[in-house]
Amino acid sequence: MSMTEIGNWAVDLKEVGAVYPMQGMESIMALVGVVLWLGWHVWQIRHENVVLDEQSAQLKGGGSD
Amino acid sequence: MDTEISALTTVFTEFYYWLTVPLMFLIHVGFCMYEVGASRQKNAMHTLLKNSMIIPLVTITFFFFGWWIYWAFPNGPFITGGIDFAAGAANTAWSETMGPNLGDRITGVFWAAFLLFSWTAASIVSGAVIERIRLSGFWIIAVMIGSFAWVVDAAWGWHSGGWMVKILGYHDAYASGVIHAIAGGCALGVLVVLGPRIGKFGLGGKIRNIPQQNPWLVCVGLFLIYTGFWGFYVACNVPLISPEGIGGNITGATFTATNIYLAPTTLGAITVNFLMSLSGGMLIGYMVSKGEAFWTYSGGLAGIITASAGNDLYHPIQAMVIGGMGTYAAYKLHYWVEAKFKIDDAVGAVAVHGYAGFIGVVICGFVLWGYPSSPFDGYATINPLGQFIGAIIMFFVLGFVPGWIAAKILSGLGMLRIPKEVEIAGLDMTETNLAAAELAEIEAAAKSEA
Repeated sequence: MSMTEIGNWAVDLKEVGAVYPMQGMESIMALVGVVLWLGWHVWQIRHENVVLDEQSAQLKGGGSD
Repeated sequence: MDTEISALTTVFTEFYYWLTVPLMFLIHVGFCMYEVGASRQKNAMHTLLKNSMIIPLVTITFFFFGWWIYWAFPNGPFITGGIDFAAGAANTAWSETMGPNLGDRITGVFWAAFLLFSWTAASIVSGAVIERIRLSGFWIIAVMIGSFAWVVDAAWGWHSGGWMVKILGYHDAYASGVIHAIAGGCALGVLVVLGPRIGKFGLGGKIRNIPQQNPWLVCVGLFLIYTGFWGFYVACNVPLISPEGIGGNITGATFTATNIYLAPTTLGAITVNFLMSLSGGMLIGYMVSKGEAFWTYSGGLAGIITASAGNDLYHPIQAMVIGGMGTYAAYKLHYWVEAKFKIDDAVGAVAVHGYAGFIGVVICGFVLWGYPSSPFDGYATINPLGQFIGAIIMFFVLGFVPGWIAAKILSGLGMLRIPKEVEIAGLDMTETNLAAAELAEIEAAAKSEA
């Protein structure tokens, strides 16, 4: 199995363009990236809300730890 | 790359832009030090994380869509033409030129240089809002300003084909408006909604100075921002290009460096003017603040920012005087706005970046009146009205308004302000309590083992 069509470097570099693996799947990779980014925000918002709610409850309850 | 001259030009350009990136990284390090030094100890780690996470969030979103906006939106769209899909195509997140590509050695480094400007735009807003903003709300605002709003303004007024350059003769070579005024305006829009830190303003409008936990760290941070600013300046230039490569009206065969509009300049010019405007700003900052270190250092920054719009063409003495004028105005405006509107700009970011940037764009219209804004036919020349309209677009239209709207929406969703009791206790409450518990455990163990 190979992730690239480049088998060796015995080539004229002028003829070589992109050299990364999984060429042809750039749109899918971009979509995965955007989903990961948005998912991170959703997780972070929930996490911060939980932490701040806990801290508020502690402070309103008079506890310090 | 198949002839010696083409290879040398390409590799020199590639290395030139690459070098600007680690230099500009220092701007971010400086901003982090500056913000942490300006915050109180109970908020230090929250402040540091707030700014540091700009790096990954703005980086990935600038990759996903910001870079495409720059290339696709120079016409507005729908002001001098539609969306430029052809130019944008090579700069999408799914373009082959965005990955390792032996046929394109420049896009990656050029993208990175632009990205570091994006971090700066978001980082400017970060300083103004310390000690009371929620991370979730701020990071959404950071993406908005860093990967969208400033990129739109760059496409409009910091692009050789931008509609503001063509129609208004807009000139802003080193980003007085396109980075600093927009970010300062955005910060002000957010501050209006966010409100001051608890205790900043007393009953009857009394203004309290909230002491910085480490003024030394603040000043060293500003020093690092100066250092990184060298990278910012040279990244604004095209280092080496032939008249044929420009494709405009320049005749002969002399290669040159150009500004972002492809109009000729030299690295020597901007090096001297950078230092002279920094000096003008520091001298006036020291004078107007009567020797305060914070405003002396901030004055240096405001001096550079004010002169940046025209620092490709100003005489060094002009750069010095303009830097001093902007610093004086920024200082006075900061305290006037604070007293009049009860705006708590914790680090003076709106003043140093927003007001100085706005004033710098306007001054440039007078001092460079009549200069060609571009080497291409059909462009308006630089003029005071075009610069004034440009400054309004940068500070208010693309800065203040989006910042205010985003803050209003986030506030409505309960995602903008830290709960009052947590703000009073300190935003590092969890870390502080954890550290105290761990210390107590160690002390107890030490006693029992003794």
